[in-house]
This record gives sequence, C-alpha cells and structure tokens, in this order.
Amino acid sequence: MTITFKLNGKSVSTGVEPDTPLLWVIRDDFRLTGTKFGCGIAQCGACTVHLNGMPRRSCVTPISQVNGGSVTTIEGLDGKEAQAVQDAWIAIDVPQCGYCQSGQVMSAVALLREVPKPTDTDIDQAMAGNICRCATYVRIRKAIHNAADTLED
Amino acid sequence: MTDIFNERVPSLEAVAKTALEPSPERAGDGGLSRRGFLQGSAAVAAGLIIGVYLPPRARAQSGAAAVINDPTPGGFAPNAFIRIAPDDTVTVMVKHIEMGQGPTTGLSTLVAEEMDADWSQMRAEMAPAETETYVNTIFGLMGTGGSTAIANSYQQMRKAGAAARAMLVQAAANRWKVDASEITVAKGTVSHAASNRSASFGELAAEAAKLEAPAEPRLKSPDQFTLIGAHVAKLDSRDKSTGQQRFTLDLYPDDLVTATILHPPQFGATVASVNDKPARAVKGVIDVKMVPAGVAIYAENTYAALKGREALEMTWNSDNAEKRSSAEMEADYLKAVQSHGVSARNDGDVEKSLAAAESVFEQTFYFPFLAHAPMEMLDAVVQYKDGQVTAWLGSQLQTLDLGALAQVFGVGEDKITLHTLFAGGSFGRRAQPGGEFAAEAAEVAKALGSDRPVKLMWTRENDIRGGRYRPLAVHRLRGALDQDGNITAWDHQIAVQSFVKGTAGFEGMIQDGIDSTAIEGSRELPYAILNQRVGQHLMDNGVSTLWWRSVGHTHTGYATEAFIDELLEKAGKDPIEGRLALLGNQYPRHRAVLEKVAQIANASGQAPAGRQRGVALHKSFNTYVAEIAEVSDNGDGTPRVHKVWCAVDCGVAVNPDIIRAQMEGGIGFGAGAILYDAITLTEDGYVKQANFDTYPSLRIHEMPEVEVAVMASTEAPTGVGEPGVPPVGPAIANAWRRLTGQRVNRLPLVPSEA
Repeated sequence: MTITFKLNGKSVSTGVEPDTPLLWVIRDDFRLTGTKFGCGIAQCGACTVHLNGMPRRSCVTPISQVNGGSVTTIEGLDGKEAQAVQDAWIAIDVPQCGYCQSGQVMSAVALLREVPKPTDTDIDQAMAGNICRCATYVRIRKAIHNAADTLED
Repeated sequence: MTDIFNERVPSLEAVAKTALEPSPERAGDGGLSRRGFLQGSAAVAAGLIIGVYLPPRARAQSGAAAVINDPTPGGFAPNAFIRIAPDDTVTVMVKHIEMGQGPTTGLSTLVAEEMDADWSQMRAEMAPAETETYVNTIFGLMGTGGSTAIANSYQQMRKAGAAARAMLVQAAANRWKVDASEITVAKGTVSHAASNRSASFGELAAEAAKLEAPAEPRLKSPDQFTLIGAHVAKLDSRDKSTGQQRFTLDLYPDDLVTATILHPPQFGATVASVNDKPARAVKGVIDVKMVPAGVAIYAENTYAALKGREALEMTWNSDNAEKRSSAEMEADYLKAVQSHGVSARNDGDVEKSLAAAESVFEQTFYFPFLAHAPMEMLDAVVQYKDGQVTAWLGSQLQTLDLGALAQVFGVGEDKITLHTLFAGGSFGRRAQPGGEFAAEAAEVAKALGSDRPVKLMWTRENDIRGGRYRPLAVHRLRGALDQDGNITAWDHQIAVQSFVKGTAGFEGMIQDGIDSTAIEGSRELPYAILNQRVGQHLMDNGVSTLWWRSVGHTHTGYATEAFIDELLEKAGKDPIEGRLALLGNQYPRHRAVLEKVAQIANASGQAPAGRQRGVALHKSFNTYVAEIAEVSDNGDGTPRVHKVWCAVDCGVAVNPDIIRAQMEGGIGFGAGAILYDAITLTEDGYVKQANFDTYPSLRIHEMPEVEVAVMASTEAPTGVGEPGVPPVGPAIANAWRRLTGQRVNRLPLVPSEA
C-alpha cells in the first residue's frame, strides 16, 4: 500500500509497512534527521513533529494514520512563531547537548500558535512531555517568554 | 519511495573523498614550522604531552583522520589545534568531546582570545582520534571526563592561539617590511597603524604557513582578556535549535545496515538458545547473529531491526548471573559498614571519642543504582572494508575505543579511523574504561561479515537495563557531640563497588587499597573535627557500574552534607554559621561560596510560609559549590523544589554563561535523580525499570528556578560539568527535614511504583 502525505509542504509517498512509525519514515526514508528517537513510547518528546498543525509524537504514530495528512518537521518549520522561538533559543543559548531540542522547539512553536502570551502554567502544560536530560528547562521557559515578547512587538 | 531530501545529506564517502583530495600545500614546508611548536610551547605547556607534531609520513600512516586535519588549500595550520582558511574562518580542533558541557565554545574562546580573533570567525570541530596529538594530559590518554576540559586545555589552547597570532603578525611584518612590534591585532584584523595598512587572517594565511612557530609565544595577562570572562555566543546553539546538528544516529552512509541488539535480561546471563525464524520473517530483516553481548538483528531499515528484535524467541542461561535483588545487596552492604573498612582517613581516635561522648548520633544512608539515560542512547556506525576500519561514534575515551576496535578486528590502530561525533548527552555513560560499547559495535559489525557500514542503535530499554550504573552504596555515619554542641568525632563507613578494579585504563585510581573514585569527597571533609575516620568497603557485585556525573561525590556529598546538617541542628546551630565555624580559616574558597550563596538567597527575602530552605556545600573536581534549595510540600507528602541558589568558584571563569548553564543543568540532573530515580533489581536479578515511564526524568514543571553567582577568581580554571550536581541533593533533603521533620536517608525521595 502506498501512503501519500505532505512533508514540509511537498507531496511525498512511501510504500513502507503501514505500522511503521512516522519517525522512522521521516528519518530512514526521507533523511530528515532533525527529528530524534529518545524512547519509542511517547514519553520524551524528542520525536515531536506537527501533524496537521498539531504537535505529535512521531515515534508512536503509524504511517497509516498520516495518509493524506500534512507533516512538518524541524527542517520545514517556518512562520513568525517559529522564527521567534528559534531566535530566542539561540539568543540565550538554550541547548546543551541539543539532542532533545528539535522536539522542544516543535512543542514551543505549537504552544505559541495556540497561546501567544503563555503563562508559566501554560508552558508547564505544553512542555511537560518533552524531557531534557541536560535540564535546560530554566532557559526553555525563558526563551518561550522572550519569544512571546518579540511576537507582541 | 520518494527521495527528495537526499541532497541534504552528503554521503560519508563523499565527505571523505573531498577531504582526501590532494592539497598542493600538504607536501610543502608547513611541517617544519609545526615542529617548532611541538618542541616549544605546547610541550612545555602541557607538561605530560607526548607530541603535538607528527612528521608528514607518520601522519599519512595514521589514516584519514590525519588527512582531514590538514588545512584547506591556501590555508594555514599553525599547529594541531588551529586551522585558518582563506575565507578568514578559524577552526579549532577540539580534543574534548562536545556532549553539551560546552568545550567547543570553551576551547575556541581560549584560542580566539590569544589570537585576537573576532568571535564571528570562530568555528570548532571534533579533533581526530589521535592519542599522541590530542592526549588529555590529565589522563594520559585522549578522552574527556572528570570535568577536565578547560583545566587541561587552558594553557595549551592559549599557547596554540598565541603562536598562531605571532606567525600572522610576522607574516604581515614581512609583507609590509615593518617591525613586528609595530603591528597590532584586533577582532581578526592585523594592522600597521603608521602606514594605515591592514590584512585579515585569511589574507596572511599562506605567508604565515611558511614561517617558523615561535617556541615561547607570549600570553596575555588576565587584565588584557577581552573574550575570556565575557559573554560569547555558543558556537553550536544555532545548529542545535534548527535540527541541523548531526549526531551518530543521524548518519546514513550509502548502503547502511541498521542493527539492534538484545542483551541478556540479567547481568552475567548468556544465550541458551535462540529461535530467530520469526525475526528473519520480518520484512527488511537481513540477518540475525550471536555476538558476545547478546543477539544482533540486522535490517535494511530501523523499524525492521526493532520488529525483528521483538520477534526473537530466546531462552537464557542464568547460571552465572547476578541474581541478588537490590534489597539483598543493600543488606550485604549494610553488614559491611558495621565495622571499620580500609582506612581512607584516620585522624585522632574515633573509637575512643565516640565511647567518651555525651551523645552519639548514627545514620545510615541508602543509595540506589542510577542510570545516566542520556537523550541519545549509545550508538555507533562501524565499517570494515578493504582491511580498514572506520567508526563513527560519540567517543569519550578515544584511546580506549581505538584499542577496543583494533582488538575486535585484529588490526593495528593504523588501520582504524575513529570519528568523534557530538554526543546527545553522556553524563559519564560514554566513558567506558574498556571501550566496551565500541567493542560491542565492532563485534556487531564484524559478525555480519559484510563490508557495508553497520549502525548499531540501542533503544531506551537497552540503555535503562544495560548496566554501567552509578553504583549502589550504603553509608553509615556516626557523630559525637559534647555538652557545648561541638562535634568531637566523625565516623564514616562506605560500602560501594569499584568499577575501575580490573580495568586496563583506570586501575591506577586504586592506590594503597583505596579507590579514590569510589569514595572521593568523603575523606576531604573540610570541617574541623579532631577525631575523624573514613572506612572503605569495596563490594563485589555482578551489576556493571560506571562514573555518573560527579561519580563518588554523588553519594559522599549527600551523606556528609545531610549528616553534618543534622548534627548542627541537634547542636542548636545555624546551618550556615555552624558550617563556617567548622571551616575555620583553612578553607577560604569553601567559606566564600557558602557566604555568597547565603547572601544571594537572603537577598530574595525570607522563605514564604510553608517553605523551608536547606543548604549544602561540596567541593568536587577542584571546583567549590554551595547551594541553597527552597522546598515546600506538594500537599501529598512529596517535595516541590521552588528555587535553588548556587555559588560556584571554578577559578578563572572562561565562559561565565556556560558555567551558569552547567550549574542549572547539574542542579536539574541531580534533583531529578534525588527526587525520583532508582534502578532496582527483582528477586531474580532482573531490572524493574525499562524506559522513561518507569525511570522518570525531571520535567519542566518540576524544575526549580535557579540563580547562580560565579565567583571572581584568578586561580587556574577548573571544571563545571559535574560540580553543580553533588550539593543539590543534600540541600533539598536538608530543607525537607527542616520542613517536615523527616530525614531522607533512603533515595530517591519519591519512590516510583516500578
């Protein structure tokens, strides 16, 4: 069976087994390696992408569920929220090892699109699914607030 | 299958080919100038360094890594650490692996400072795995750990930068026919003010490459620093914020085979039988092989390799397995600490003063095994082709990983090229005393019997159940108080396993029967207690263990600071004033961080009602850290850590913002473990935890606010990767005890129901 979907705005198709997680299709077949593998059970968020605009753990999303959908990965992220988030991330040097940060950025962008001026509680709720073992959380929080401030200007 | 994005990923072969293209500069006279560098500055600076310079023939023999290390055509390689390209970029070959702790930025700062480079022209790469050239002089092998990167490279990188600068200045002087003393350098521009001439580094590179390196380049004095101590943007933040940073898992060389591995479910168990038919039936599975570490499944894609592993039908032989539960191990360790072990410290007469004391307090602390759980699990790509081994991995001890690769393939190290990749965290996990993971990846690649590159990818279950844990430990402390509340005796017995015993690389850490890495932080107690004793009991255990971010200090720092806090409370003394009194005047740097952390916490006002603060002070890896944690009760008997104040003295603060970041991260990493984490073994020796659902990680809503004060200092710089960790546990526990009256002598504080 061929599954067709939009990947970062381009129409693509794949003939992999329908239960293959989206994560491995993105990485193995399309070589978009910004989306990471961290747990395989939707516990850590390193594999977060946007499916039809909503954050989604690609490690537990079978490719069959993506048919006809639109997937955005860190490589295809754009728009003012994405720019604001990534600028804020870089400006205060959020990443340490960096492995989880694609997922963090994807979750943060989705948050700001929903809630342009998030409170700390909003941030906790939106970001609690993304583990950072380097514990860069203090800066993730600050960068999200900073990004929200720049979007307001 | 659509392949539209493939152009984004040049194949490794293509990269290697580009690097191997002959450079007209390579056969030139650059070698002689490098020799000067070796014989002069670097050798002196490094003290133990074996050799920075390899003659051209030796370089050619040492494989592709050395070739990649050559400068671009028209560029300038003043030494093994610096490459200046015609486009003005300055690339620092960083010998310490980047795993989030910041050495790419840190070492580049040192080079840029002495070169007077502009920060925007700086780049960094992982240095080739060549022990002689890139040895960590503190270990005597190429590697990263013990928070040594800046401490080891501070003088060496500055001298490398200063030598490069001197050669660029001399090249300009020759070109303009003026005296070198009239030339200045600022922000990457070499200038002669009198004649109003200037040139960039790139413009001078080719001429500088023909010059002799100065034997003793002059270094700046600290008052001349413009980058050291200033804020510079980290070199890797952009790639890591945009998904462009490449890790080992992200390598997809042409013709890649992806492998997963099934390890035995108990430590020391072996394969009894395997039915691999169902695994081989999975579409995409290529092969299944027995390897020393377990069973490897090879596939054309990752998902097939995962599904194939699930389909294996196994029986295991557990005859020689460690079958004790964690509880049984604790009981064994507890027995040991009832008597005095091997003396690691013995001042005065502890037994006599305990017997004579007005009151004696005793406390036993239980520390579980802990997994490192770096976000990127262990992985490697290994290819054996035409008698050459090429390996790509986040190698933290390159010398030992090279040795392991050579042993498995039965080839000389001259046939091996090891590429060090940025690692998605480590916390000690990638620094293996026997190169065990490199050997495992090599065995997996070798067993396939193919010249295709093989990527071995561990899953989180491999990681959590794969051992190499922070050792389980039991500490028994006794303290005596006199009528005036003075501590007259301190007896500290530690039962813990040694993970350096029997290793090739690190057995030397055991001296006079004392494993310094097992009990570090206990015998260096800075408090003035006349009768003081530390006993070590090294326990045998079949569970494999390893250094875990701050190593022995993870448990010794906790036990000593939780116990001293309780003794001070019993004596009716203030935790800060009481510690200061015990420090006296002999420990000014301990005192200073403790006073500083109290000051910044007090500046935030008193703790609100319903919260308590706790303090802890601990020196590790020659860095002094004091922390104060403010804690409340969530309402369900579990602690909420609101804020942690931290004061750190790591000597000269090369990159203050990285120091702050490492304290923030160390506090979060340590707090997560103290609050939630344990690896526990069932009655048959099976690990109960498997993934982040059962081995929780601290998450953003549990992260305290952090405020860090970096002490001004002119002392030699020391590390920051680990020292933020040890004080946070006891600071939280001390706050919790003062809040609830409950002492925390069994970790984690909030056990999960795994």
